[in-house]
Amino acid sequence: MNPAWARCEETEKSEEMDKNKPSKSEIGRRGFMCLLGKMSATAAVCSSVAAVALESVPTAAKPKVAEPQYPATGPVPGYDWTKHRWAFGVDTTRCIGCLRCVEACKVENNVPFNPNDYRTWVERYVYLEGEDKPHIDSQSDPKNIAAAGTLTNYRFSDRYRDAKVEKSFFVAKLCNHCENPPCVQVCPVGATYKTPDGVVLIDKNYCIGCRYCVQACPYGARYFNDETNTADKCTWCYHRITKGLKPACVEVCPVQARIFGDLNDPSSTINEFIRSHRVRVLKPWTGNGPHVFYNEIDSEVS
Amino acid sequence: MDTWFHTAPYVVSAYSGYVYPNETVLPWGVLIVIYPYITGLVAGAFIVSSLYHTFRIESFKPVARLALLSAFAFLCFAPTPLLSHLGHRERAFEAIWTAHWTSAFAAFGYVASFYALLLVLDIWFAFRADIVAMAQTTKGAAGRLYRILTLGSYDVSERALGYDRKWAGVLAALGIPAAIGLHGYVGFVFGSVKSREWWSSDLMPVIFLLSAVVSGVAALVVIYVVSSKLRRTAIDENCMTGLARVMWVSLIGTMAVEVLEYMEMVYRRVEGFDMIKQLVAGPMWVSLATQALCSLVPFVILTVLLVRRVRGRALVGWMSFSAVLMMVAVLAMRWNVVIGGQELSKTLTGILIYAPSLWGREGVIWAATLFVGSFVWLWALVRLLPPWAPIPTSKKGIINARADFGETGIDPARRHEWELREGG
Ligand code: SF4
Ligand code: SF4
Repeated sequence: MNPAWARCEETEKSEEMDKNKPSKSEIGRRGFMCLLGKMSATAAVCSSVAAVALESVPTAAKPKVAEPQYPATGPVPGYDWTKHRWAFGVDTTRCIGCLRCVEACKVENNVPFNPNDYRTWVERYVYLEGEDKPHIDSQSDPKNIAAAGTLTNYRFSDRYRDAKVEKSFFVAKLCNHCENPPCVQVCPVGATYKTPDGVVLIDKNYCIGCRYCVQACPYGARYFNDETNTADKCTWCYHRITKGLKPACVEVCPVQARIFGDLNDPSSTINEFIRSHRVRVLKPWTGNGPHVFYNEIDSEVS
Repeated sequence: MDTWFHTAPYVVSAYSGYVYPNETVLPWGVLIVIYPYITGLVAGAFIVSSLYHTFRIESFKPVARLALLSAFAFLCFAPTPLLSHLGHRERAFEAIWTAHWTSAFAAFGYVASFYALLLVLDIWFAFRADIVAMAQTTKGAAGRLYRILTLGSYDVSERALGYDRKWAGVLAALGIPAAIGLHGYVGFVFGSVKSREWWSSDLMPVIFLLSAVVSGVAALVVIYVVSSKLRRTAIDENCMTGLARVMWVSLIGTMAVEVLEYMEMVYRRVEGFDMIKQLVAGPMWVSLATQALCSLVPFVILTVLLVRRVRGRALVGWMSFSAVLMMVAVLAMRWNVVIGGQELSKTLTGILIYAPSLWGREGVIWAATLFVGSFVWLWALVRLLPPWAPIPTSKKGIINARADFGETGIDPARRHEWELREGG
């Protein structure tokens, strides 16, 4: 795991590189912006070709730096998506498993109230005395659903009340908004894409509903929404963060176990969290480069 | 709340038995089992036709044109399961118009269209003389259709027919890499998904390709035998033996690579191996056993048929039996890959059990309908362009391609006679 400062630098670097990419690769199908991007890219190519022709010196053939890949305004008026690099932290030492975040997310984002679809969920890891592997469950475990008695509120059953528990903790899960998202890679139409501020989004008006991305995400972060017939997942509440608000789950967490902020801002809560804790990401060997940082988790958490 | 009842129940293992909540609905069901299956049938059928059209292996002549039509019929139906699986079918063509090239799925439209184009051209050249003959003799709407199909080319001089054969051969030759591309690609769709332990394998494209040939040749045997029975015509034994050889070779290839794959998994004790053991012993054992048995039995039968040079009714009977078993084996293999891969949770600590629904868009009935649909479509194609040619009396086996340029002036209606002469 790289130290936090190195990671931030890397992030910046890769963002720099992103800017130099031709406009088609990442937000290629973003309608009007796509057109803008193409036009600017074409203009850049034309002008560099023209420059080369005029100078007619072979050494001058180095192409000019292309126009920035993303229009600064982005999809939300007044929000400059090239200025941010969002990231998320989960402080597992704080989480009490109250599951308010899961409820808030379902309401905020119109996630169907069934036990198969979640943008975020919470896992419970329980080590019993004399055992070396944890018992894991989430709020969608049948026993927990039975304990809650409803599908609109969640709770963890107290099934370990009489057991000899050695260690236990809760781990909140959500989309990791990966640096190299395989879900984006496999989408046949480019309906899912990465924004310059590091958020992976799905264009519901473009998704053909093939579910390849659901397969490709190693974290189970995606589900197929039967109401919209498209893939769906956490957006870090993009509609909120672009207005300066926090994601709903972060907002409702009573113990600040969920941390959200801008990596570009050295004083942000997320930078503070990464600086002051030893953190790791999930399944780092996939090379996906997740942007959800966890502290104090066992290797059983994946 | 409805979906709760359709979820895949998961096995609670000794410890965690944990699966991600979103995994409790399998993204891909029986439709995606049938999709690579039908796609696979194209390859086998096509390769048989190439063996005649390109490599001029005379014994495949009785089925060469039938194989072309079969390949085309299957290819027409190959995208249908995928299409009906999509959440937004009306946007399907976006995958072609605005393909996102890093996706393995995006290539399907292009690969399949290219292949379809090749097949259509190949069919046209292989059937042109017949189309001309029928355009001249058939009346009414059907006659008009044939006249359109001639594309205005009525030249059936020997020289023109020579060109036809040459082009059919060239196109069939081009079709071989296309077939390999198509099936290697289908394997890549699965093999490249690194999030799934069961799929992510370099051997996947090879396995898909070889098993595609197995199933396609098997399907062709069944089609040939059934159509001959329906038409009350004799079945060419040389052709059957030739098909048996192709089946045998591709079956050995498939089995070898499959065994290699499993052995490697066991020997390397890949990640989540304990869960894989439970998966194999649990929800997957029926389909795995089906795959193994339905591969081994035909292998034994085919070996005996080939070694003992069995002929006559015994040959036809046993071949048909093996062919049906092999079609089942490959279907089971597709199931094991597509469903098995999803039954193993991404957490590698739990297993899901998939039980397909009978009705509905993702149901077994609809998937079976699409599969049967490809045969109905084949029947219609066969009615339009009867592929039957008289059985050549040739004993030579392989004819000289240059012999195609011989005499001049052939009556299209007597083309078969001419072919006979050419064969002898
Ligand atoms: S966590 Fe999954 S859905 Fe989210 S960006 Fe990474 S691969 Fe995609
Ligand atoms: S389900 Fe939608 S977002 Fe996911 S890969 Fe298919 S088209 Fe892309």
